[in-house]
Order: sequence, then structure tokens, then C-alpha cells
Amino acid sequence: MKKSYQSLEDNPTNNMKQVIYCGLTSKIYSLCIVLLLTFSTSLTAQDGDPANGKSLYNSNCAACHKLDKPMTGPALRNVEARLADEQGLDRAWLSAWIRNSSSLIKSGDAYANKVYNEYNQIAMTAFPQLSDQDISDILAYTAEPPAAPPVPVAGTEQVVQEPGISNNLILGALALLFALLAMALILVKRTLDRFAEAKGIEVITENKRMPLWKAFAQNQFLVLVTAIFFLLASGYFVYGYFMQVGVDQGYEPVQPIHYSHRIHAGDNGIDCKYCHSSARVSKTSGIPSLNVCMNCHKSISEVAPETLAEGNEYGVDYNAEIQKLYDAVGWDGTGYTGESQPVKWIRIHNLPDFAYFNHSQHVTVGGIECQTCHGPVEEMEIMYQHSPLTMGWCINCHRETDVKVKDNAYYTKIHEELSKKYGVEQLTAAQMGGLECGKCHY
Amino acid sequence: MSSNKKYWKSVEELNENSSIVEALQQNEFVEEIPTDEFLGDKESLESSSTSRRDFLKYVGFSTAAASLAACEGPVIKSIPYIVQPTEIVPGVANYYATTIANGFDFTSVLVKTREGRPIKIENNTDAATNGIANARVNASVLGLYDNLRVKAPMKGDSKISWETFMSETTSKLKGLKDKSIVLLTQSMPSPSVNKLIGEFKAKYGNVAHVVYDAVSESATLDAYQAKYGRRGMANYDFSKAKTIVSIGADFLGDWQGGGFESGYAKNRIPHHGKMSRHIQFESNMSLSGANADKRVPLTPSQQKLVLAKLYSEVTGNSAGGVKLPEVLDAAVKSAAKELSLAGRNAVVITGIQDVNAQTAVLEINTHLNSAAFDPSTTINTRQGSDKAVMQLVADMKAGKVGAIIMNGVNPAYTLPNASDFKEGLAKTELSVAFSMKQDETATDCQYIAAAPHNLESWGDFELKTGHYSMMQPTIRPLFDTKQFQEVLMAWTGATGSYRDYLKSVWIKDILNGSSFNKAVQDGVFVTRSASNGVGSKNSSSKTVTTTSSELKDKKDRTFLGGVIHDVAVGVGIKDEDKDEYVTSTTSKTINTSVDNADVTSVLTGGAAARALAKAKVAEGLELVLYTKTGMGDGQQANNPWLQEFPDPITRTTWDNYLTISQSDADKLELKNWNVANGGLNGSYAKVSVNGAEAITVPVIIQPGQAKGSVGMSFGYGRTSKALKDEMKTGVNAYPLYQNFNSVQSVSIEKTVGEHEFACVQLHNTLMGRGDIIKETSLEIFNTKDKKHWNSVPVVSLNHIETPVTSPDVDLWDEFDRSVGHHFNLSIDLNACTGCGACVIACHAENNVPVVGKSEMRRSRDMHWLRIDRYYSSEDTFEGDNEKKKNISGLGSSLSEFGEMESPADNPQVAFQPVMCQHCNHAPCETVCPVAATAHGRQGQNHMAYNRCVGTRYCANNCPYKVRRFNWFLYNKNDEFDYYMNDDLGRMVLNPDVTVRSRGVMEKCSMCIQKTQKTILDAKRDGRPVKDGEFQTACSAACGNGAMIFGDVNDKGSKIAELREDDRMYHLLEHVGTKPNVIYQTKVRNTKA
Repeated sequence: MKKSYQSLEDNPTNNMKQVIYCGLTSKIYSLCIVLLLTFSTSLTAQDGDPANGKSLYNSNCAACHKLDKPMTGPALRNVEARLADEQGLDRAWLSAWIRNSSSLIKSGDAYANKVYNEYNQIAMTAFPQLSDQDISDILAYTAEPPAAPPVPVAGTEQVVQEPGISNNLILGALALLFALLAMALILVKRTLDRFAEAKGIEVITENKRMPLWKAFAQNQFLVLVTAIFFLLASGYFVYGYFMQVGVDQGYEPVQPIHYSHRIHAGDNGIDCKYCHSSARVSKTSGIPSLNVCMNCHKSISEVAPETLAEGNEYGVDYNAEIQKLYDAVGWDGTGYTGESQPVKWIRIHNLPDFAYFNHSQHVTVGGIECQTCHGPVEEMEIMYQHSPLTMGWCINCHRETDVKVKDNAYYTKIHEELSKKYGVEQLTAAQMGGLECGKCHY
Repeated sequence: MSSNKKYWKSVEELNENSSIVEALQQNEFVEEIPTDEFLGDKESLESSSTSRRDFLKYVGFSTAAASLAACEGPVIKSIPYIVQPTEIVPGVANYYATTIANGFDFTSVLVKTREGRPIKIENNTDAATNGIANARVNASVLGLYDNLRVKAPMKGDSKISWETFMSETTSKLKGLKDKSIVLLTQSMPSPSVNKLIGEFKAKYGNVAHVVYDAVSESATLDAYQAKYGRRGMANYDFSKAKTIVSIGADFLGDWQGGGFESGYAKNRIPHHGKMSRHIQFESNMSLSGANADKRVPLTPSQQKLVLAKLYSEVTGNSAGGVKLPEVLDAAVKSAAKELSLAGRNAVVITGIQDVNAQTAVLEINTHLNSAAFDPSTTINTRQGSDKAVMQLVADMKAGKVGAIIMNGVNPAYTLPNASDFKEGLAKTELSVAFSMKQDETATDCQYIAAAPHNLESWGDFELKTGHYSMMQPTIRPLFDTKQFQEVLMAWTGATGSYRDYLKSVWIKDILNGSSFNKAVQDGVFVTRSASNGVGSKNSSSKTVTTTSSELKDKKDRTFLGGVIHDVAVGVGIKDEDKDEYVTSTTSKTINTSVDNADVTSVLTGGAAARALAKAKVAEGLELVLYTKTGMGDGQQANNPWLQEFPDPITRTTWDNYLTISQSDADKLELKNWNVANGGLNGSYAKVSVNGAEAITVPVIIQPGQAKGSVGMSFGYGRTSKALKDEMKTGVNAYPLYQNFNSVQSVSIEKTVGEHEFACVQLHNTLMGRGDIIKETSLEIFNTKDKKHWNSVPVVSLNHIETPVTSPDVDLWDEFDRSVGHHFNLSIDLNACTGCGACVIACHAENNVPVVGKSEMRRSRDMHWLRIDRYYSSEDTFEGDNEKKKNISGLGSSLSEFGEMESPADNPQVAFQPVMCQHCNHAPCETVCPVAATAHGRQGQNHMAYNRCVGTRYCANNCPYKVRRFNWFLYNKNDEFDYYMNDDLGRMVLNPDVTVRSRGVMEKCSMCIQKTQKTILDAKRDGRPVKDGEFQTACSAACGNGAMIFGDVNDKGSKIAELREDDRMYHLLEHVGTKPNVIYQTKVRNTKA
């Protein structure tokens, strides 16, 4: 029996329309912003190229610095101007700091030591490879004014609040209308009959032939054929019904945190086994512990505006979901509070206890792609069960899949012997004994 | 012509006018069955609006609705770690080396943990000197998950916090004026604890440390101390002994703390035509006696005479006139001759709890210069002193003891004078019990300090001189517990954790520069002087060790033993290093005077023997108290695995009993009989010592029990909140343990009632069925061809005798098994001592359920692996064969078979572990209607539980009777409230093995989960599997080398070699099942 597929929205169809609309607006808005930004930066930029600065910033600085919030290091928005105004430090000082901050600290520079101590005495990585031009590019980038907050959020809110008329409601109303109509017709007919009776008019009822159903009932052959047909049909459906009992293909539960495999595995191309690392060595693939999430999400506290906009298509505020992660792991933006709350994920792939399945056998030894069983995970916004996970499904794969014997010394002897026995070069899992009961049931 | 004899079933029938007889002829019951009453008010029943049909409709509808609703799958949550520990990978087991040291069993072990839960105990092969895990140690992991554990410190019946506990107890300790503080502990040969106790003594003064062993080895310790000047027990290495004479010592059981069986077993396997010779003089039938080549039954008082005689025969010193019956005299003389012949390769041991006897044995071994006898290495696992304990009880009664702090002991249960102890306990101002349970003692104490399990604790033990063993926690404490050492530190005002304390002690005193982390990882540390072989008393070892400045601290350390030694070392360190841990010189004066037992009375060898020779042969019956393989001293009585573990000798579960010889039983009219359902029943006997209050015990007639002696085991008859009601079985034998003497003169009389035993093996002898256990003597083995003693059965094919192994006489087609792995398990009947460690290991590995006493009695045990015990009615099994061959004609066969059924006074014994034989031509597979059991090409007979419909055809068709049927649901079922019924107990389950449900057949899988794992590991590493990597739970648990598992297709592996061995045979080979379990013929070193 299927579990109910709860979607995040009550009315997906209606939403879709709105999404198209807000997608459009958001595009217009972002276009405006881009235009505005290009225009404004060209005005404020001094001598650097902020576009090059952005790429340099992302590759060198973003791991520890944010523009508007302190992270491992201080916030860098307008850093040059800030330093000049507050500390009277010039570009030369900044360059010295960027190229080798520790020597600056050792030299006893007051502000350098102050910053060093303020940020837990973590010395900044030295970047001697950055040229003056690079530094000015980066500083130009940091000098850009902040981007306007993404607009379409307001649109989404509107959409959610605006109550669309449900199709069901319309259908229901129609059904009611038809029912009323039918009733009215019956009533009219009755009244007419009564009139006719009162007036003594004999309603000519045609002495019709035998009604169809009676004729049908008298034709035993037809009855038999129909009965058999219905029996077979119901048998088919009953069989179908029972066969899907316990098969949860397509199971797509709502998770406590809306985690998008599409973004992580698809857009960002993170390897499955980066998070599900135990799939390499263990029977379980493992649901990643929250510290694995924090490897990246320490620095990614909010998503790009474009991604946020994508989230609207699914009715999800990704930033809020990241916040849920922070609440669970106890991260206040700068450090761990120690107050953590485990995340109770809903398990999607459930094998019965009597079936033994080992991920490492398939992933590491067999070299099978995760997608073979789990489907196009990189396209799944919400994770669902792709395969039926029935025994027949396992067995079929074992019959068809060749064992990866190459470069594995374990198989050298057995492959030689078995391929001689079966007269084949490639051995399937079934030929290796992969269909035996005890290989999975113990 | 028909007889007109009248048959009648009851006297009533003879009364012609009886209405009852009349009624019974017509009806099934005499009285009318009160159905109306049963159904209630008839009138209202009829007038009810709900008719029977309606009722059925409702039932039908609700059943359908319920089953449809049940189709909705449950929502399963998965909760990952927030911060995953780097060493834990879900689904992968971690192993930790630690020690089980519960005061009775001391063993270095490996603990298998899954997702942080310890689930199984395995042997630490790096720590072979510290013994292998016996059945109790294997089962101790279940004690961790005991639902009745004390979950927080308690004051009386209410839980308190540790802060309250500490503040209250500390103020009470400080408030004691002149009264003494007594630390009553189990044997703890722990360097760090001894040091801690020294500090505690220094802080509080007037502190006495009394060590108490429930089952005392005091006499051994006293004798050793008198001869060698320090307290301990001499070490024995039976792998160096060719001739072993044991007088009343069950050294394959718990003698001197146990752990000798692997050394013993090494020499039991015939190698180049040689094996050890073992002569056992004993009263009870023990494991050692069962394994002996020659067993001489005799009463305990005769044992002393035998020892005296043996002493004089071997050493030549006169022991005075020893009068022995002729048979015994001859036996002693021949034993003495064999000993003298073997010389250095001989060893004598005794279990007689008598200083003189122990002294005589030390003298004999010294005289023989025995290689197996190692007095310079002491075993430190028993340190108790009877006198000190007795003195303590007297002091307590006299009100001299102000505070008593107990750790790991349960004197209110184990003391013979427990009532005196309880009386004294009430007189103390402070009584604290460190206990895992609200046991008999803890409930009477003011405070229960909730103690952690061994697997949750830190600890260190010098199990043998120079052989250290480390205990480390394998799980974070499940409950709010603190270990004795931690609290002791808090009392002395020390800061820091006990782990740090222990580490500093190790670094300073033990490791000598080696890495502490390495020691924790290995679980053991052997000082080089110990590993280099001991024996020299000079300090030559100093040069071998290291050059660090700590050297001077270590002077002669390995030669000092026990408590005295450690205090002395502590003081020594203090003097030289100004060490902070040893606080003052007062600790020097607090020598454990109580341990200095009255050793002056110990005599020299000759005098000891003369004293022994004067032992009077007791008039009445002599009771020999012993510890059972499964239960030991009884501290694990709430462990259902151990309760259900069949005793290797009597094969009885869930009970203790009085063992008695057939002739004594006849005299006393005590009986054993089997009832219709197959259960064993027995009479009750009243046993009393010195006219004291008698206890009533069920009786089992034990073949081989010496006439004039009876036996009874400790460890049963426990009460208190520490046990579930189901586990409160048996009778407490400790009240009979007067003066810590395991031999008591008793009077026995029959009393009314009959006891229902849960005995799993009813047949007593092998009845000459040589194809079950094949046995021969060393002489025949060496001189004659294989076919004389291990012939393959033949059948007639076209009037030609053809061996059953030939494919011509096989019903089945042969498969090609030469490709891939083909697993075989070899069981060596020579090396198997019957210890049962494999049985418990199998339980733990395979989630075998516990079914309880009444189900056991119905033969519904679930053991996948059983150890059959066979007796022979003749002196040898060969004798049985002879007798069977000579039976001719029906008349004689009936009487002779009847004779063979009753085992003789002194039968030969053989143990045979039997599990699923994984037949290549399996009879079970052909009869399964749903193909739930099928054959794998790796030689394993698979069982798919989810496919099984429970017809039990397979069990019927199995010639080995190894299939087990789940008559009930044994988990989450209140009717079987053992361990699978609560969340805590289920934590021990192996997640890789299915927990079976009701109506399903199960059996040994040859640990397919383990073989598959080994294969997968190899595949992942891209390498072939090495010999010795494949293990089953039983083969890994067997430290005796009796069970060897492996891949026979791996030529050159041990198992491939064993399969070709001359001794190899298959169980019931003539059936033609071609099993994958092979047995090695038992060879006995018997002499005419």
C-alpha cells in the first residue's frame, strides 16, 4: 500500500500558474538589478576590475570571508575604505597583510595584532601569489554596494495567501448541479404523469420488446462469458493490488528538512559518496551526520538569489531550510552553541529485516552507480524511492549484471575456473552464486 | 476360547451398583457439564439483539478492515548522529580489547561492538596467557543489558543523586571515631586499585581491606605462601605436561580460576603418535574426569590418602602407613610409576582444599622438577582469605566495624553464615554495596552505589605475575553509575578521573617506557621478564628491561605478589620518587595483616603428607561442593543464556541438584525416571550438615559419582530483586559450605515429592553405535591400519561390498564443488573438553532465543549447537561395541541392550558437539515443500526463514536432529520474558542475523553472515582469502583448537589437511548424506 504522497502545496496546479508568473517578474527584476549594478559599479570602481575581483574573491577569500558578515575572518564589504577611515591604513598595509599576515603580526603592528586576537588567533592564509592588480580587483569587488534583496519573495507570499478556487470545488458544484437537474426532471415527469392520470389520458406505453437486461439474463452463454470476464478482471486487479502491498516504489515522504538532492548532487555535482561515505565500506549507505553538512554549510548560510528563486517553484525557502539545519546542529552563525537536536529523517528505502543487502558489495566491489538503483537522484528535488526493491527486481539484476572481476585478485582463481566451466568470459552475478537463498537471507 | 477373566480399571468398577460406573459408560463425564453457567444468563443471551450471525458479520468485517488497514506501511525514522565519531561507521563492527574480571572469571577478551553497542565477546588471541573466554565470560555481555540493573545510586529503596551519596557517605566516613572501616572486595589483582586502597587507608586510618572469594582457594594460597613467601597460586602450563595426575582438581573447570584447557588440549591431539596421559582421581564426575584417560572414582577423604601415598611413592619420603583399598592402592602405584617415568614431563595437581594437600603437591612437583609447574609465576585471580572473612563477620557481630564498603561481593548470599553477616551488617554505621543489582547483600545495605558493568569500566589486572590485562569501557555507561575506584578516589579527595590515575600508575610502574595506547589497544601487556620465562629469583631481568631511570623502581617487582607486593611497591616509589600518590609512610604499616593467614601451621612436605595420611575415612556420605560450568559462583544467575546452558555432564538446564551414585541412590531409595512427555523426574532428598537445618534438593543419579560421595553445585537458589522470577531456580548450596570447606560430611534422607528437570539428553549411553562417536586407543591408533579403527561403512552393490562414499551407491548426483569456496568444519573429539564456550558464542552470534525451563523440558530447546555427552556402560566404548557384536538372539539382546542402557559405575565419557552437518546430499532439502531450505555451492545448507511455512518435514527427515522449530514467538512476548522482551535486552542482538518468528524452522547456518563478511572484505581489498580468516562463532570461541573451520578448496589450508586426516570421519556416514562437518576420531591414551 502506498503511503500518502503529501506534497508541500495543497494545490499544485494553481501554484504552477503563479510560478510562471512570478518567474517572469523575478527575471525582470533581476535584469533591472544587473543593469543597475553594472551601471553603479562602473561609477564607483576605482582602478580594479570587479568582475575579475569576484572570481578571485570566490576562489581565494570566500572560504573564510563574507562580504557582509564576519565569518572566520571579518566582513570585507568596503574594507579598504573602512580601514582608511577608521584606522588610517592604506592599500600598502592591506597588501602586506594579504601577502603575509603573520609577518605583519610579528612585526608588532598594532592593528594587525588586534585583528589577529579578535579572530581567535587564526592566522590568515598568506597569498604571496596575488599581484597588485589582483588585489585591487578584489578590493574593487568588495567595494561594490550590496545587491538588492531578492524581490520575488513578496510575490510568492501573495500566491500562497490568494485562495484559488479548487478544481475539486468546481467539479463538486457541477456534480451537485447535475444531480439537482436530474431530480428536477424526475419530479417534472412525475407531475406530468399525475396530470395525465387525472385527466384520464392513457399514457401509451409501447409494448416494447423484452428489455435488454432481461434478454441478457436469459442468454446463459452471455452471462457465463460476462461472469468469467468479471472474475478474471477482478482477479487481475486483486492480484495487482496484493502484489503492490509492501512495495513502496515512488514513496516520497515529506522530510523534516527540505533537502534537495537536485541542488547538491545535480547542480553542485557533489559526489554521492562524499556524504554517504559509509556506502563504500558498510552495509548501509548511511544518512550523513550533521557535521558532514556543516563542512560546507558553515560558510553557506544562504543560497544564491537564483537558487532561491528556483525554490519558489517548489514552494521552499531554502534559506529557512538551512536555518533548520543550524537549529538542529546548534550553530549560531559563528560557533556551536552546544544545543543540538537530532534530525528525524523519514527513511525511504526500507528492506525487510530478513533480506541482507550490503552497499559496499555493490558500490565498491561491483562498481555500480548509485543511480542504477536509486534513479536520477541528481534530478530529484524531493527524494523518492525509484526502484521497487522487490526480490524479483534484485534477481533480474543479478542475472544480467556482469561481475567486475578485472583487477581484483580475489576473483582471479574463481573467474578462471568458472569461465572455463560455463565457457564464457564475462560472469554474471547469478553464475557466481548470486541467486542462492543464503546469500541474502540469513 | 475366550477367557472370562474380568479386567478392571478401578476398584469402583467392581461395585455393580455404582452409578458412577453407569454414568461413565454412557457419558464422557460423570456430572453434566455446566454450559449454561459457563455461557451466562441463558435468557438474556437469547433475547439479545445481536444474533450469532451478526456477531460473525462483525468479526468478519473487523478482521477485513484491520488487515486492510495493516497494509499501510509504517513510517520509519532514521536519526543520524549530529557529530559522528570518526571510529564509528554504521554497519561496521569495531573490536575493543578489554578484560572481564568479575571476581570469579578473569579473562582478556575482545569485544565486538556494533554502532557502539557491545554485542559479543571473543577471544583475544594476543592474550593467550590469560586464558580463553569460557561459557560464562562469553555470556557476560548479556549482563550489561540486564533490565534489573541498579540504574542510579540508592539509599534504601529510593534513588538518590551521586552528590547526595558522596556528601552523606563522606561525612559518615569522617564521623567514625574509633571504629574501623572495612573494604570487602572481590579478588582484584589490580595495581591501581591496590595503590588507591593504600591512599584510602592513609587518609582514613583504621582501614582494613578484606578480600573475599565466594568459592575459596584459601588453602592453595596459604600453602603457596608458606613455601614461597608470597600469596598466590602456582601457574601450570599443561601444554608442557605429558603425564598429568589430578587428585580432585577440576582443572578444565574452575580450579584455580580456570583457563587451563587450551594448554591441556594441545597435548591431547595425537602428534607423531604421542599424546598426553591424564589420570584423574575424583569424587564428582567433572569435566576433567570426563576427559581423563583413566578416571578413578573415590571419596574425598580417600583422595587425601591417595595423595599421601602418591607423595611417598614419588618422592620416596615416607608418609606413614596409608591404608587404601586394593584397587586404589594399585591405581596410585601405577600413577606414581608413570609420573616417575615421565619425570620432568609430569605434573601433579590437587583440588583438595587443605593446606597439607596443597603443600604435598607443591613438593611433588618440585621433586619432579615439572616443566608444567611454574611457581615463580603466580596466578593472582584468587586472593581471598577465609580467616580474614570469618574474623570480619565476628567483628561485625561484635559491633567493632563502623563502616563496610563492599565491591563485587554478595556475602549475604554466598557466605555459609549469611545470617551472622546480616546481623553484623545491621550493626555498622555505614554500609555501602557497589553492585550492579539489588542483590541479597545490596538490599540490606544503607546505600547501593550503582556500579557499572565490566564492559563500561576502566580497570587493570595483573592476572599472572608480569601478565597485565587492561579493562577499558566499550560503551558509555548505560545508567547513572560510578565504579568503585572512582568513588574511592573521591573519598580520598583525589581529583581527576580514574582513567588518568590508572594511566599514571601504568606509565610509572608497569609499562617501563612502552606505549600506554598500545597497551590499551592490545588489552594486555606482558613485562619482558615474564615473557622471557621466569624462574630466577635474582634480578637478572633488570638488564633485560630498559635503561630508563624508572628501572630502580621495578626492582624485583615481578617477584612480589598480591596485595603485599603492590603496597610495598607503592611505598618504594614514594621513598624514591616522592610520588604524589602514596601519601605517607603509614601505608607501610598497614600491611594486609589479614592476608597473612596462619601459615606457621603449614608443615613441610613430608609432615604434610603424614598429616594427610591420618585423614579419617568418613563414615557417612561426603558432599563435594563444586561450581557448574554454566553458573560458576552464581553471580550471573540472572543470565538466561547461562540458565539454559545444558551442563556438560548431566545435560540439565535451569537447575542444580544432588548428584549421587547409583548404588547409594538404591540404598536411599532415590530415583530418576522419565515421564511420557520425555521429561526427566527425580526424587527429592533432604541434606543436612552437622545436624544443621536440612535443605531439600532434587536428586540426579550420576554415573561415575564415587560411592559414598554426593555432589552439589553452587550458584543456584538465589532470591532478591536481582533476578527475574524465572531465574530463581535451584537450591542454594552455600549454607552447606561450612568453614569454606568444599567437602562436608552429610546425612541424606529421601523426602516426598518429585522434581521435574529440564534435561536435554535422555539417552545415557552410546549403546555401541560406533558410527556416532568413533574411538580408539593410542596403541591401536599407532600400530594398526586406519580401517581397523576408522573404517568407512560399506553396502552391498551387486553382491560386492562398496563403500558408501562411492558415487555408485548414491541416490543423488554429485555436484562439482571444486570451484569457489567450499566450507568444512572439523571437530576434534580429542581436543573438545566439553566446556560449552561455543554454545554460548553461537547464542550471541545468531540471536538464538531462550525458551525457558518448561519448554526445555518439552525438548523445544533452540540451541543450534549442542554438545552431546555419551557414556559407555563398559569400561570403554570399545567394550560397548564388543557387547553389541556378541548379542545374539532376541532374548539376550533385550536383556543386554537393557544392560547397556544403564551407564556403569565408572563409565568412559565422550563429548560431541553437533550442529547442522550441512550435508552435501541433504535429506531436509528434498522434503521441503516450499524450497525454503536449499543448498549453496559453498557447502552451506541455507535456510530462508521468510520462505518457511513450518511443516517441520525437514526436522523429521534430518538424521542428526539439529533443526529447531519456533513453537512460539520468543521476542517481544511476555510469556518469554528473558532478554528479547525488553528494549535493553534486545540491544545484544546481532543486527546481521534475522530474529526468527513463530512457526519457522531454524538451524545452524555455518555462520554464513561471517563467511560472507570475510569474502566481502577480501573482495573489497582485492586479495584472496587467507587461511584462518574464515571463522564460525563456534570455531572462533574454541580456544582448544577442537573446532577448525575453513575452505577445503584452498589446498594447503589447515582444514584441507584435516579432511584428509586418518582420524577424519562423518557422523552417520552410512546414511550417505556427505556432511560438510567432519569429526576426528577420539583417541584415548588408555593402558591396560
